[in-house]
Amino acid sequence: MDFAVILENTVRALFNAEALILALAAIGLNVHFGYTGLLNFGQVGFAAMGAYGIASGVTYLGLPFGVSLLLGIGLAILLALLLGIPTLRLRADYLAIVTIASSEVIRLTARSATLREQTGGSSGLTGFTQGFYSLNPFERGSYGIGWLSYDANRFFLLLVGWTLVVLSCLLVFMLMRSPWGRVLRGIREDEDAVRSLGKNVVGYKMQSLVLGGIFGAFAGFAFALANSSVQPDNYGTQFTFLAFTCMILGGAGRVLGPVVGAILFQSSLVFVENFLVQAKRGGYIPDAVLDSSDIGAVRFVLVGVALMALMIFRPQGLFGDKKELALDAR
Amino acid sequence: MGILPRPAHPSAAPAATRRPRTTARTAALVVTALVLVLFGGASAASAVSSGESIRGTLANAGEPVEGATISAEQDGEEVASAETDESGRFELELPGPGDYTAVLDTATLPDDVDLRRKGGDRVEVTVRPGGSGAALFLLGENTRTAATRLDRAPQLLVGGLQFGLVLAMGSIGLSLIFGTTGLTNFAHGELITGGAILAYVFNVSLGLNLIPAAIIAVVVGGAAGAALDRGLWRPLRRRGTGLIAMLVVSIGLAFVLRYLYLIYFGGSARSYAQYATQRPIDVGPVGILPRDMVIMVISVLVLVLVGLGLQRTRFGKATRAVADNPSLAASSGIDVDRVVSIVWVFGAALATLGGVFLALSQQVGYQLGQNILLLLFAAVVLGGLGTAYGALVGALVIGLFTQLSTLFIAAELQVVGALIVLIVVLIVRPQGILGTQERVG
Repeated sequence: MDFAVILENTVRALFNAEALILALAAIGLNVHFGYTGLLNFGQVGFAAMGAYGIASGVTYLGLPFGVSLLLGIGLAILLALLLGIPTLRLRADYLAIVTIASSEVIRLTARSATLREQTGGSSGLTGFTQGFYSLNPFERGSYGIGWLSYDANRFFLLLVGWTLVVLSCLLVFMLMRSPWGRVLRGIREDEDAVRSLGKNVVGYKMQSLVLGGIFGAFAGFAFALANSSVQPDNYGTQFTFLAFTCMILGGAGRVLGPVVGAILFQSSLVFVENFLVQAKRGGYIPDAVLDSSDIGAVRFVLVGVALMALMIFRPQGLFGDKKELALDAR
Repeated sequence: MGILPRPAHPSAAPAATRRPRTTARTAALVVTALVLVLFGGASAASAVSSGESIRGTLANAGEPVEGATISAEQDGEEVASAETDESGRFELELPGPGDYTAVLDTATLPDDVDLRRKGGDRVEVTVRPGGSGAALFLLGENTRTAATRLDRAPQLLVGGLQFGLVLAMGSIGLSLIFGTTGLTNFAHGELITGGAILAYVFNVSLGLNLIPAAIIAVVVGGAAGAALDRGLWRPLRRRGTGLIAMLVVSIGLAFVLRYLYLIYFGGSARSYAQYATQRPIDVGPVGILPRDMVIMVISVLVLVLVGLGLQRTRFGKATRAVADNPSLAASSGIDVDRVVSIVWVFGAALATLGGVFLALSQQVGYQLGQNILLLLFAAVVLGGLGTAYGALVGALVIGLFTQLSTLFIAAELQVVGALIVLIVVLIVRPQGILGTQERVG
């Protein structure tokens, strides 16, 4: 057992790209679920819009990188409107089914051979990151402190990404303190009461869906750039559920909840994986109990257990307020 | 990327994965090869090699092709070469994992054998560390005549009916559980997968014939349903856990079960020991596999029994009463907890049977149920959440729709079509075809 390696890899995971992607997606979900009470299970659809926006924008449409970013955001807004106009009147669990179904529609359509030219079909798209990294002011070399050191491009990506996370949190913080944010929380608590005060509930929900969707698109940007590719099968329902777990872990309805949740979630995953790998190497776990190729799957079993336990014993997560999240569907 | 999802199989395409039918018209095809795509476990099948390899079998209309040369190229350079043996097999030993192109030297093929498609002599293969890749070369004359839509319709109709019946097995349980407890069970797909795997264990690991294996699996599956209700859902209901919280718990449960299946069963799909390969019987314009006929007959029988049970028996009436209004049912002396328990038993048993049927046409795999979960939701919502008959009707509609839609759209998009129907139904008529107005959200 090499505890130094475990510790090093866990610390490295604190601010890696996966944590960044999940944090951005979870911030969006937090706007939807934590503040407005919308059970959006299709967050990955917004991420796919962002990712394919920049990937297809650059490779298929030949747009400059900056315009492709706007295209990604535009597509996410369009998706929010398309989803929201008809479905925001539905009950929470119906909304969940519609959003999860639409995210699968997006993935399956993107991976179909029919759209091979536009989306690259099942093999996806690559070769769109140049515009981003050409903005990189850092010279070749290693940046960071100790274990948290990255090469120039990765450092640039993480710096931009985490800055975006901070700015997003700031925006959410200010919005939720505003009268607008109070209406959203009012809708979460009692839609009819808000409606009886003369507020246009569906309009507010729509604005919330669009805002959270844009954060989802940011997650898609980060995902596409971190991988240097867009693979349709990375945008399956599991992504949404992982982001959802991060949000619940940190505490829904709290500005920093999703961010702390994502960092903790990602580093715990890496910790468990490295711990098991090391224990395996040290011969503490016999093959009959666990084969080394199964370690990846064990992590997800633990994700499931954690999600169940959180929801049952501490639905408010680490920082949430239990009274604020007494949601119910009927 | 470490944590983010990368499914091993493309998602649900039930019809596309079915065995192609070989009727008189489309017969004489072509054949070829495929072999073992072993996932990091090449040594299990081959004692010869422990390193990376590309394998396959070369066959023409069922006859092995001997003495053909196949080579592997990486970045345009030849790295390995091999000849097919008397049974048409070949194996290319590779220097390491990576992306290769397997190239069939067409000059070494017998004179009467030709490629089925131009350019079919080059196949891209990705080989994982320690694993082997499969190279498939399609040989033989392409005699598949383009069937018109009208020709294909009857066959698709039968396929759709079968798929719908199998979906119904899952959707009735899902719908009744929702109706009686309000739980939107995202782990229902894992009950289906669990059933298929249970039957596999009894059938392949313990050597029972598939029929008794399936019967035992259904019993065990039903018991597992009861255990889930007793051990998890009932305590949660007692605690007063909200419905959305329970929904999220079911997602967690789905993760736990799915990855336990992956650990136990592995990532590759496998067939049952019996009834895996069959010849279709021609019935009028359609060819049906005997096992598919049996599946349909059993499904209809089971579904009729469930319908009669719900309609005629005391317990069925109690179930419908609880689904309609749990508080009223409780106050008129119905033991709601007991009804819910029994609903779980039957729901899980039906899902198990559905899983076995589904695995017969698609092979057993750890994502079997997950891949059709959204179609189950589509069926349930289409028929009206919480109603048993609605779920049945919805499942048949979705089954027929996914199959018949391939007449007009690409087969890979058939699930997309079904999901769009789901979305449209929820928007236009959220109570479903057979649902009543009061359930609308």
